[in-house]
Amino acid sequence: MQKTTSANTASMSVSENETLIELKNINKWFGGFHALKDVSLKVSKGERIVLCGPSGSGKSTLIRCINHLEAIKDGTITVAGKEMKHDAKSIDSVRREVGMVFQSFNLFPHLKIIDNCSLALRRVKRLQREEAEVIARRYLDRVHILEQADKYPAQLSGGQQQRVAIARALCMEPKVMLFDEPTSALDPEMVKEVLDTMIGLAEDGMTMICVTHEMGFARKVANRVLFMADGQILEESAPDEFFSNPKHERTKAFLGEILAHN
Amino acid sequence: MDAFGLPEIFFLLQGLKWTVLLTIISFIGGGVIGLLIALARVSSSSVIQRLAAAYIALFQGTPLLMQLFIIYYGLALLQFNVDAWIAVSFAYTAHASAFLGDIWRGTIQSLPRGQTEASNALSLGYVSRMRDIILPQALKISLPATIGFAVQLTKGTSLAAIVGFIELARAGQIVSNLIFQPLLVFGIVGIIYFVICWPMSIWGTRMERRMSQNHA
Repeated sequence: MQKTTSANTASMSVSENETLIELKNINKWFGGFHALKDVSLKVSKGERIVLCGPSGSGKSTLIRCINHLEAIKDGTITVAGKEMKHDAKSIDSVRREVGMVFQSFNLFPHLKIIDNCSLALRRVKRLQREEAEVIARRYLDRVHILEQADKYPAQLSGGQQQRVAIARALCMEPKVMLFDEPTSALDPEMVKEVLDTMIGLAEDGMTMICVTHEMGFARKVANRVLFMADGQILEESAPDEFFSNPKHERTKAFLGEILAHN
Repeated sequence: MDAFGLPEIFFLLQGLKWTVLLTIISFIGGGVIGLLIALARVSSSSVIQRLAAAYIALFQGTPLLMQLFIIYYGLALLQFNVDAWIAVSFAYTAHASAFLGDIWRGTIQSLPRGQTEASNALSLGYVSRMRDIILPQALKISLPATIGFAVQLTKGTSLAAIVGFIELARAGQIVSNLIFQPLLVFGIVGIIYFVICWPMSIWGTRMERRMSQNHA
């Protein structure tokens, strides 16, 4: 954790102002439910964004729209200069730039850890098995789990599985990583190992959007904290400002609730 | 000719050979087409989905005997001068494909959505998603039900006797007509079916138990 105390120093600051992700006026409906209301968001290269808000506020939906796990009704999504339309080709080109980590890990239970990580390298990037496994081992090593490479997901703890899921996404060398409540399904003693992995990623300059209620992580790592409610981004500011001086009533109420227990 | 001796047993075993062959052919043919039906049933196109659903409903909603008659006589009426063998294989393949397709459709849909989402997030294409992720898991879960259907299919081939196909049941009928000992002959025929089907049932039950233990 020694490293992490310097997390908000210049070494981790946003080096370039190049826009990596741009959402313009996106709207998402689930039947009659308006889940995202005209949401716009710009994320620069190297930026680390924490999205928080009450359940049902649309924060997960927002990041799931970025790699088209949810289809938007209107608005535009541009990732690394590529605009995502509804055709398979543009969806695929965006997905190749975006890595995702899920709340429930979603590892492939019938494949060994090494195959979980190397499959997409072989099938999508068309690498030979040996090449793919070299890359997979490199990223498994990076999340400190290389020794589990030949096991199956069910043989690992939740924290280990989530670190494998992070390695699996990193293998594709994405430009941005999306985290959808990555620690919510974990037992408390395993939360730290996953957050430490994420902090390490942030230190290496990865662009990240994290839906999480880990406010300690937000303070340490985020450039911006966004607060969502009812399908809109109500407030956004630097973490210090966000926690010490929230402006919106809903933000105050939300922070009051989640910080009361910390 | 009124004793049950070696020639009769040999004749029954000849019938058994066709029963086994017909079962294997229709299971393999039904498996291949059934896989396509299952994939069509979970397709993203609602037209394809509905066509597959109609196919399944048609074969599940009508008696096997009607399907046999319609395909057997239908092919002849359509001027296809085919062997009874081909007509019967065709009918059983169609029948098996609908049932296997529906079994596999069910297990594909029983997999957690997260498996598809993770595949999509990794930009795996349709073929890889199905071949590497979805089908290996779905087919494994479906094994007990699939074996159960194979048992049904084995016994179901006895209906082919009605259109004159000489498999085990029809062979039994012929022998019984010759020696006038229906109870003895059909008893033996029944035992032969049982000896084939029972081990399969046990295998399926064991597999089911092993799986429920793994998931516990």
